[in-house]
Amino acid sequence: MIIKNVRILGGEPVSIRADDGVITEVAPGLDAPGAIDGGGAIALPGLVDLHTHLREPGREDAETVQTGTQSAARGGYTAVHAMANTSPVADTAGVVEQVWRLGREHGHCDVHPVGAVTVGLEGRQLAELGAMADSAARVRVFSDDGKCVDDAVLMRRALEYVKAFDGVVAQHAQEPRLTGGAQMNEGVVSGRLGLTGWPAVAEEAIIARDCLLAAHVGSRLHVCHVSTAGSVEIIRWAKSKGWNVTAEVTPHHLLLTDDLVEESPVGAYNPIYKVNPPLRTRADVEALRAALADGTIDIVATDHAPHPVEDKETEWPAAAMGMVGLETALSVVQEAMIETGLLDWAGVAQRMSALPARIGRLPGQGRPLEAGEPANIMLYDPLARIEVEPSAFASKSRNTPYEGMTLPGRVVATFLRGRPTVLEGKLV
Amino acid sequence: MKRHLISAGDLTKDDALLILDTAEELASVSERSIKKLPTLRGRTVVNLFFEDSTRTRISFEAAAKRLSADVINFSAKGSSVSKGESLKDTALTLEAMGADAVVIRHGSSGAPHRLANWVHGSVVNAGDGTHEHPTQALLDAFSMRRRLGALEGRRITIVGDVLHSRVARSNVLLLGTLGAEVTLVAPPTLLPVSVGTWPCEVSYDLDAVLPKSDVVMMLRVQKERMNAAYFPSEREYSRRYGLDRDRFAKMPDDAIVMHPGPMNRGMEIAAEVADSARSTIVEQVANGVTIRMAVLYLLLGGETA
Repeated sequence: MIIKNVRILGGEPVSIRADDGVITEVAPGLDAPGAIDGGGAIALPGLVDLHTHLREPGREDAETVQTGTQSAARGGYTAVHAMANTSPVADTAGVVEQVWRLGREHGHCDVHPVGAVTVGLEGRQLAELGAMADSAARVRVFSDDGKCVDDAVLMRRALEYVKAFDGVVAQHAQEPRLTGGAQMNEGVVSGRLGLTGWPAVAEEAIIARDCLLAAHVGSRLHVCHVSTAGSVEIIRWAKSKGWNVTAEVTPHHLLLTDDLVEESPVGAYNPIYKVNPPLRTRADVEALRAALADGTIDIVATDHAPHPVEDKETEWPAAAMGMVGLETALSVVQEAMIETGLLDWAGVAQRMSALPARIGRLPGQGRPLEAGEPANIMLYDPLARIEVEPSAFASKSRNTPYEGMTLPGRVVATFLRGRPTVLEGKLV
Repeated sequence: MKRHLISAGDLTKDDALLILDTAEELASVSERSIKKLPTLRGRTVVNLFFEDSTRTRISFEAAAKRLSADVINFSAKGSSVSKGESLKDTALTLEAMGADAVVIRHGSSGAPHRLANWVHGSVVNAGDGTHEHPTQALLDAFSMRRRLGALEGRRITIVGDVLHSRVARSNVLLLGTLGAEVTLVAPPTLLPVSVGTWPCEVSYDLDAVLPKSDVVMMLRVQKERMNAAYFPSEREYSRRYGLDRDRFAKMPDDAIVMHPGPMNRGMEIAAEVADSARSTIVEQVANGVTIRMAVLYLLLGGETA
């Protein structure tokens, strides 16, 4: 197979030859009958998401492994980490193997299950982390995402325990006592709207504690969906100490702010903007962008969180938290980081493919587009301008905050080990 | 005026004055032996109450009936809502019945905003969660104006649980629009962290503010706030922020005392103060009917039935 006329990381046009799922040659001018014409698109290594909710088993009305991975392929992803808060919870080898196997059967992208840290996400007793690590799913990332491992002793034990198999605990940093009934960022807007606030300190206090714990026991810590300027300061400090801390930011926290809850084209109190952690302020957005640019925040992760229409067409406090994000992620990152000059395409590839693969310990993903490397490739046209149309999503759910917005860029094609999963923007 | 009355902030000064002046005219109806006008004959007003609030519901009901509107009372208890029907489906049902106005009381902040997306009639917010209660603010302003005259430059002190009070939010917005100077007084735990951005003054010291107040409005303190550690005990709250006889004596001689009700006598307000001639608490109830007549009249009266 030859893909011709593509610009790797935005460089000069070249062709990529791949055989048996491996890149065999990268050079200008390679051509053959049946070659795929990239049309000058940018070629990046297939994107890797460390934070996806596929909802299966349990909430197949919102998403399935099939539709979620189709959505991922459409977004240029070749691997996703499926979060553990399913029903039943992915807290045993049986459940993680089921999810992993479903991913293999459908084949739209690699599915790497995340194992729950505690049984039933209840924060009382460690789940059988070793069994999940040793299972066919080879789990390396553990998270109670959706809930915080708030018990300091349990968090310490989890951080220590996963060292035995090079695992990492991905913490959803939210002090529960400070966020009882919380609905949105605590600040000027929440005060006016009379919605219970989710204070930045509830995230920052847990991150600070976890960084200190990780340093104390010499473990690696990953911080999910960092959302505040204060969190950035703490992580920067922890990294300056040489501690093994990584962090992610979502596309929506790089673009959207809490005043959309009060004033937006879709009306006040529209739960399409309800997400956990909540949308913050402009100053937080600026700090998150700067942190992603300077490496304080390592990666972009989508926190793709599908919900059926009826869970969002409600009054605000009754609505589910979360947004779909796989199919808009790279466009939002282009808007927030490329158009602003904060990152180039090599920087984007690092933060959306290479580093998430390294944190998740995925040796066959996030590799450079060079001879001898796996042919996980995505092609992207950065000049396209597209109005976001939720009904066109491959995801089963439509809860995007970007409906009607015009975003830059379009995923042209995705290749998983040389096999196209998306061509001309459509699923293969 | 806008089609809905959801936030006191939706009202311009002209809108607010028009409502107050209209209420002044309609007040005479309430003093007649036959308290009824034919204005809204053939129009349907639905009272959609998801929270128990007999006082507010009967006030809106009386207002609509005095204008000859048909009134449908829809309370969540014992209805399809308690069987899990969504707000949207309830709204579509009301829409199919041809409601010209929906008066909504709901425990969730923002529920009236959501409802307004799904019905064609006017939405009147009768209290949403810890957000707003604009007709309460209007009746408070009406009550003040009847006692004190125009509100420009008047100093109004609102005391109590501002954090959870829809009355306080609506009053701050409306009184600001009308040119009054508002001061909020509360323990810091019962103020939003962002209260410094509100168009009013803030104080933790009731005794310092009282001598400079033309109006003192006491807010109800929910006893469950104590369990959530907003303040140490009822007695401590009462000592520091309650309007007792001694504090009442520090107020200027012509200053008035207000309370949106229901009161905790002996907690935020002493019985002697609540029952004094300078208390407007009973008038506020009567003025509530009048102001709600004015609101329904102005929202619905302009269109043909």
